[in-house]
Amino acid sequence: MSKEFIIQAIVSGVLMGLIYALVAVGLSLIFGLMEIVNFAHGEFLMWAMYASFWFWVLGLDPLFALPLVAALLGLAGLLVHYGIIRRLLTAPMLAQVCGTFGLAVAMRAAAQYLWTPDFRTITNPLIAGRVQIGPIFIGQPQLVAGAVCLLAFVLLWLFVTRTETGLALQATAQDRQAAAVMGIPTERMSALGWAIGLGCVGVAGTMLSTFFYVFPDVGASFAPLAFVAVALGGFGSILGSLVAGVLIGLVESLGGLLIDPSYKTLIVFGLYLAVVLVRPMGLFGRF
Amino acid sequence: MLLEVDKLEVAYGDYQVVWGVSLNVDAGESVALLGPNGSGKSTVVNTISGLIRAKAGAITFGGTSLVGQPTHARAPLGIAHVLERRRVFPHLTVLQNLQLGAWHPTAKAARAETLERVYRLFPRLGERSAQLARTLSGGEQQMLALGRGLMALPRLLMVDEPFLGLAPQVMEQMKGVFETLKGEGMAILFIEQNVRVALSMSSRGYVLESGRLAIHGPSQELLASPDLRRIFVGG
Repeated sequence: MSKEFIIQAIVSGVLMGLIYALVAVGLSLIFGLMEIVNFAHGEFLMWAMYASFWFWVLGLDPLFALPLVAALLGLAGLLVHYGIIRRLLTAPMLAQVCGTFGLAVAMRAAAQYLWTPDFRTITNPLIAGRVQIGPIFIGQPQLVAGAVCLLAFVLLWLFVTRTETGLALQATAQDRQAAAVMGIPTERMSALGWAIGLGCVGVAGTMLSTFFYVFPDVGASFAPLAFVAVALGGFGSILGSLVAGVLIGLVESLGGLLIDPSYKTLIVFGLYLAVVLVRPMGLFGRF
Repeated sequence: MLLEVDKLEVAYGDYQVVWGVSLNVDAGESVALLGPNGSGKSTVVNTISGLIRAKAGAITFGGTSLVGQPTHARAPLGIAHVLERRRVFPHLTVLQNLQLGAWHPTAKAARAETLERVYRLFPRLGERSAQLARTLSGGEQQMLALGRGLMALPRLLMVDEPFLGLAPQVMEQMKGVFETLKGEGMAILFIEQNVRVALSMSSRGYVLESGRLAIHGPSQELLASPDLRRIFVGG
């Protein structure tokens, strides 16, 4: 195996991992705030990809549609919170699971009904082609996608750790009642968590749509990886999602190269099992 | 009257734990809410704070009805609740914990001054301002919990078991701080199992027994009351 292949696999693994990380951090944020697992996370990613695709059909390149899709998904987060989740907070856990799981099924079915099961692709996006750096080739869409996701991640991290609202968000996740008696509107913080979490999915989905097929089941191939990233990185840890997402991207692409591409998902889940056996709270976990 | 609780009834599902409890705290007054473990003390304050919904009864603060209002609406009115078991934000620094304590606009505007005041009351917090709250000792966490409550500039401070598990020295320091706050005219509601300590710091007391108000009156009278011994010691 030549050195070039390995470097190539590392670079594409990291770029893909950055997208996984951004999808995962939304999941982690929502779980950290209200201990609700969003089983429809992959479906929101799918809808974000469709949104990007339809904007492209209307003549708007994904790069320009990016803020629109992120805002739309953020809005969807608010709708989900106020329309569904708020009513489920005091419900039994099974009802909570069914709530977001039911949403996932409905969203997938709706996508099939509205847009057919066809695979769609965005052709000739503004950014296309490949760049060559020494012996390795990187797809430009992947490169830009990785960079945008990393940037979004940095912005999210700055927001959560450097702004007052971000600190209140953390406080709400760490002790909801203590935050409430101090006057922090915890309900609004949860809604904000959903908006930001799905906004991240909007960014990831838009970038993904520039080089990946868009179809109703596309979320099903990404959501499990996001779940693994959250558990691997540690529930509630933002940095953990980043490290775990990149790690998963790396393991996937190196495993695919060195062992067999058809085993790549198996290797990811194997790694996950190994980590949770040794460190059940995940790499950076607090729970 | 600053805080008025009238015929409060609280139930967890079908299981009622507070039966017709009435109590009040006047401006600048220190009052003790006493009772053995499981007598409903914390349930009463948690209901005042809106963490639990009342089944019946009225709660007013400075003439405003609190029933049905969300928990976070209380801090701006001037109620601070230092929860049982400290409940600091473990993964935030001491300074961040304190800053978040001053959340509503009035408190936020006075944040720098209040912070200085809290550091004067608890110099230890100033020394550890950059440390994560979870790395503090139990006593320091209790100081932080109280300091965080003070950041909201309360007119009424409700403290749930503030002396639990404290070393004697820290306990004396805490008592000193409460005396200072009383001197500044802050109303304090002590929720305590430690009868002697609580009554020594307050002018009046209420004693709960199995969710009902058993006795109440001036602290000196309560200390001499045979009922008090019966409720806490049994027999």
